[in-house]
Amino acid sequence: MKICLELVNIWKDFKEFKLEKISLKAYEKEYFVVLGPSGAGKTLLLQIIAGILDPDKGKVYIDGVDMTQEPPEKRNVGYVPQNYALFPHLSVYDNIAFGLKIRKLPEDKIKLKVKNIAEKLEIAHLLKRSPRTLSGGEAQRVALARALVIEPKLLLLDEPLAAVDPVLRWELRGYLKKIQSEFETTVIHVTHDFTEALSLANKVAVLNKGVIEQIGTPQEIFYKPKSEFVAWFTRAGNIFKGEAKPIEEGLSIVDLGPVHFTVCGAYEGKVAVMFRPEHVVISKQPLTSSAKNELIGIIDDYVDEGPLVLLKIGVNGLSIKAYVTKSSFYNLGLKRQEKVYLYVKASQIHVIK
Amino acid sequence: MKLNKGYYIFSTLGSILILFLLIPVAICLALGGAALGDVVQDKEALDAIYLSFHAGFVSGILIAIFGTPLAYVLSRHKNSFSQIVVSSLEIPLALPHSVAGIMVLLAYNSRAPIGSLLSRIGLTIEDNYWGIVFAMMFVSAPIFVTTVRAGFDSVDVELENVARTLGASLLKVFFKVSFPLAFRHFVAGFVLSLARAISEVGAIIIVAYYPKVAATLVIERFLGYGLDAALSLSAALALISLAVFASLRLILKEAEQ
Repeated sequence: MKICLELVNIWKDFKEFKLEKISLKAYEKEYFVVLGPSGAGKTLLLQIIAGILDPDKGKVYIDGVDMTQEPPEKRNVGYVPQNYALFPHLSVYDNIAFGLKIRKLPEDKIKLKVKNIAEKLEIAHLLKRSPRTLSGGEAQRVALARALVIEPKLLLLDEPLAAVDPVLRWELRGYLKKIQSEFETTVIHVTHDFTEALSLANKVAVLNKGVIEQIGTPQEIFYKPKSEFVAWFTRAGNIFKGEAKPIEEGLSIVDLGPVHFTVCGAYEGKVAVMFRPEHVVISKQPLTSSAKNELIGIIDDYVDEGPLVLLKIGVNGLSIKAYVTKSSFYNLGLKRQEKVYLYVKASQIHVIK
Repeated sequence: MKLNKGYYIFSTLGSILILFLLIPVAICLALGGAALGDVVQDKEALDAIYLSFHAGFVSGILIAIFGTPLAYVLSRHKNSFSQIVVSSLEIPLALPHSVAGIMVLLAYNSRAPIGSLLSRIGLTIEDNYWGIVFAMMFVSAPIFVTTVRAGFDSVDVELENVARTLGASLLKVFFKVSFPLAFRHFVAGFVLSLARAISEVGAIIIVAYYPKVAATLVIERFLGYGLDAALSLSAALALISLAVFASLRLILKEAEQ
């Protein structure tokens, strides 16, 4: 596969904040999500890719060409900022046609291209409107159309779903994915919402305090976080520090003090173990399970999260989170202060060195 | 709705100020308006009014040409150097206008180094048309730059960023995005600096008493012949100024829609 965007060792010092040794590769037609908390430097990174900001060090390659010194107008990159930045003095039509007019395309060609893209994005009925009169979702589509109509090599989206209300957000996720496959463009999407990364991305880079903590598929980020930050930020739920010691072939024991876990792999020394609440099996009676880890605990508290119920279970002073479906919550008749058995498979415990 | 007591205090105090401002205008227009017919036959007065507006517009246009790029740069680059520039732009506003006139004369008279260069291309200022324009520019340019800079401040930088990614160079972004969006402030800055220029008298008298602008002539007639002599010219000047500024504001409103 062809590399569409490559960042090599990017540094940028903003006095109070630094981007440090950022390197990443996005392949053609990839949906690449940069995930991080606010203040991680996500927008600045996008602006460096777009050419709005110059890095102090490092290289930006787009389609294999070194673009580090080129201004934004030479990069052919579509940019949709968080507030969409529609030109308020131009109609929707003129907003979309802006890049084509700059390229001095003949008037009839511009008309055709704007019409085609407006139909694809289902905004043809809005062309005569002023951007001020659009709803959030409509404004987003117009901003996408304006960026896509110039047939960019890369589409940069800055928190595209942050400004729309939560109900619409789900719908727009599907829409973004559809747009990407329809236009076959490479997307770099930055967000602080890990569920967005999970549902949209082919690849995720986790950015924290100006440094990339991990790059991988959503599954790798989600189930095999390389750092405690990544585990915490993707709401891993259960992260504990302990001392590891290898036992029989392919297995180790991690001692947390009050509790110990059997994990897969040979580990030694200080580690962190992490497992997601959905990987904890709960029962009121002991089970004959293949799971290597059986614990006994008391339900301290629970939170109803809609389809799932999050249990907080005290195990020898350790608080372990576990998900049960709402129906099994009722079937088991779980209550606070109830004694339960917990089962976690060794293969589902991820060890962070 | 029952109005509360505080509201009465506020509106009484406010009304007093409004009356204080409007009563002199009304009296001048009423008394002078009766003698307005005299001005039509008064060639000296007509010439002076024409000169005031001519020099005022030329000053305004020159300020716009040099001041708009300055306002843009000051708005986009907020650092300690631009802060110094912004503060120094306020100097002319803080000076008594006669002092401003002395400064302009001192720097740009035809025997001074810069002035001698300027007079070689016809820009002699002592008792000359260009002296009037220079004095006007000196006192009114800061108002223009401050107003237009605020206009550029109100333009979201992301709009410019997007325009650049869409292929527009810096200059194109300025003419297609930033300037159109700051246009209201541009016109407001032009009108305010024009008003300031036409009302200027202190600096003009020092630099170029002749040719006489309308404001100079009002002072000359008042000092030489008394209040009545200055009245009709004052009323005419006031009327024309109000008409010009009212129509500029109308044009501005039209341009917005």
